Amino acid sequence: MELLINQILAGIATGAIYACMALAIVMIFQAIDHLNFAQGEMAMFSTFIAWQMMQWGIPYWWAFILTLIISFAGGVIIERLLFKPLAKAPVLTNVAGFIALFAIINSVAGLIWDFTIKQFPTPFGSAPFLGSQLISTHQAGMIGVTVGLLIALFLFFRFTRIGLAMRAAAAMPESARLVGINTGWMVALGWGMASAIGAIAGILIAPVVFLEPNMMGGVLIYGFAAAVLGGLSSPLGAVMGGFLVGIFENLVGTYIPGVGNELKLPIALALIVTVLVVKPTGLMGHTVVKRV
Amino acid sequence: MSTIQDTVAKTDTAAVDAPPKKSMALGRAASWAMLIVLLIAPLFVRNFVIFQMTMLLIYGIAVLALNILTGGSGQFSLGQSAFYAIGAYTSGILMEHFGVNYALTLPIAGAICFAVGFLFGFPALRLSGIYLALATFALAVAMPQLLKLGVFEHWTGGVQGLVVTKPDAPFGLPLSQDMWLYYFTLAISLAIYLASVNLLRSRSGRAMMAIRDNEIAASAMGIDISLYKTLAFGVSAGITGVAGGLGAIAVQFVAPDSYTFLLAIALFLGMVVGGVGWLPGSLAGAAFIVFVPNIAEGISKGLSGAFFGVLLFIVIYLVPHGARQGAIYAEMLFNKLRRS
Repeated sequence: MELLINQILAGIATGAIYACMALAIVMIFQAIDHLNFAQGEMAMFSTFIAWQMMQWGIPYWWAFILTLIISFAGGVIIERLLFKPLAKAPVLTNVAGFIALFAIINSVAGLIWDFTIKQFPTPFGSAPFLGSQLISTHQAGMIGVTVGLLIALFLFFRFTRIGLAMRAAAAMPESARLVGINTGWMVALGWGMASAIGAIAGILIAPVVFLEPNMMGGVLIYGFAAAVLGGLSSPLGAVMGGFLVGIFENLVGTYIPGVGNELKLPIALALIVTVLVVKPTGLMGHTVVKRV
Repeated sequence: MSTIQDTVAKTDTAAVDAPPKKSMALGRAASWAMLIVLLIAPLFVRNFVIFQMTMLLIYGIAVLALNILTGGSGQFSLGQSAFYAIGAYTSGILMEHFGVNYALTLPIAGAICFAVGFLFGFPALRLSGIYLALATFALAVAMPQLLKLGVFEHWTGGVQGLVVTKPDAPFGLPLSQDMWLYYFTLAISLAIYLASVNLLRSRSGRAMMAIRDNEIAASAMGIDISLYKTLAFGVSAGITGVAGGLGAIAVQFVAPDSYTFLLAIALFLGMVVGGVGWLPGSLAGAAFIVFVPNIAEGISKGLSGAFFGVLLFIVIYLVPHGARQGAIYAEMLFNKLRRS
């Protein structure tokens, strides 16, 4: 029994990583209706910016805030320059664009900061949390930040004018434009916010997986899985999905014999496919009404 | 309420824009010219270039297979590398462990992949768009790990993989191994291309395209949606399997890590660059994924990824519908010249 509880705790700790990433993915999906395959690389680049600033002697929290601002601006600029012209193009062209962005960011980061693994500091410390060996204070802090972020997003979308405008622009672009919402800029804003959330995710994840240009590869796949599992239209679902994937992955690794690290990922993905087949919109997504 | 639903429906754009049926294949003159170039070209180049051209044709077949699935029936797949791997392993195992002739392994690889794809098509029926993309992507990610499993190690060779012997030209033909393999591949590509063009022109092809354009209307016309969707998956996987088998013979080596999801993404890019739903574009798309990474590497070693990305962006901006758009421009230009 204790093993089970410990494994679930450890699962929640890794799940927090996926939840963060999934939140950023859902954010951009809300704004533009596409899965951004370059999301992980954008987060990785932001994390490198934070690391560079700390190398220059800027204190942690200042570097954190500056990174968020730079990431936000970067997200808006990428949308304005690269993806606005593609707004009317077919979905597949957009996906190819994301893959191109992925290749560019990964390669540029590798050139500037090279591929050696770097340590990244944590503000929460890494002592055991409440006497448990499986979950450190950093991981507890990560869970706290993820939940806080979720609440902040909920409040933003529910109670602010601009949040309402963004939801309107995503749900019904034409009607939103008729009531005077600048839908183009709402999309850019969505990119900026997703990029900033990705930066938070990257900064939180980096102390665990260490900083290098390919650090997001695995995380991004789990993040997608979490987002799809929870339902792409629901931020709450994305966070829940992240924790569920983390817990499931750990339990499978512990209790099913013969499943090493190698097979964890395929089994987690198999679970997600199964969930999707039973409930195609994810656990918390709503069905999109289609007119014949 | 009805206005709300109207808007919802309008934002729901089609995933694939419908190409007119007559533009699915090349014109007669262009087809012959292309064939002659492909026949003559290897006589003038080095062995390594012949090998690259063989790979070009093989990837061309794989991109074509994806094109039938996406361009034909409107279903996404980011998991083609899994079928490619199954085809490659089937050929490799049959040749090395059972001593089957290399040419005979290809139909077997195709048949096995057809069955796997057909079965995979059933759960895929319930998924669409981005969810289907994720499910197939999961297949692509899982495949290398499955191939490494200890249970199959006796046949697959585990992480080390299998070494496949390269076939000699039969009947004592005075051709080098590379040259023979090139013409062998060319013959198979041609057969698959013609079969695919005819498939899409047939009753089944029209049924698939009807499903792509409007599923509900298609089912109202009496088309068996689940049958044709799974069939499209099966055919696509089968053709990919043949490409995989050919790939194993050409590269002379199969190993789990040759078939990661990066291959699936490359095939996907090939389809987008070649033009979704335009079968001759598959060759142009294959050329993009075979040669452009090399060109990018040539421009700068450290920034090859960035150059690849920039080139991809340029292609997307200039010709968002891929090589098909280029071909249409060329045709217009040609007609103008002929008239004047």
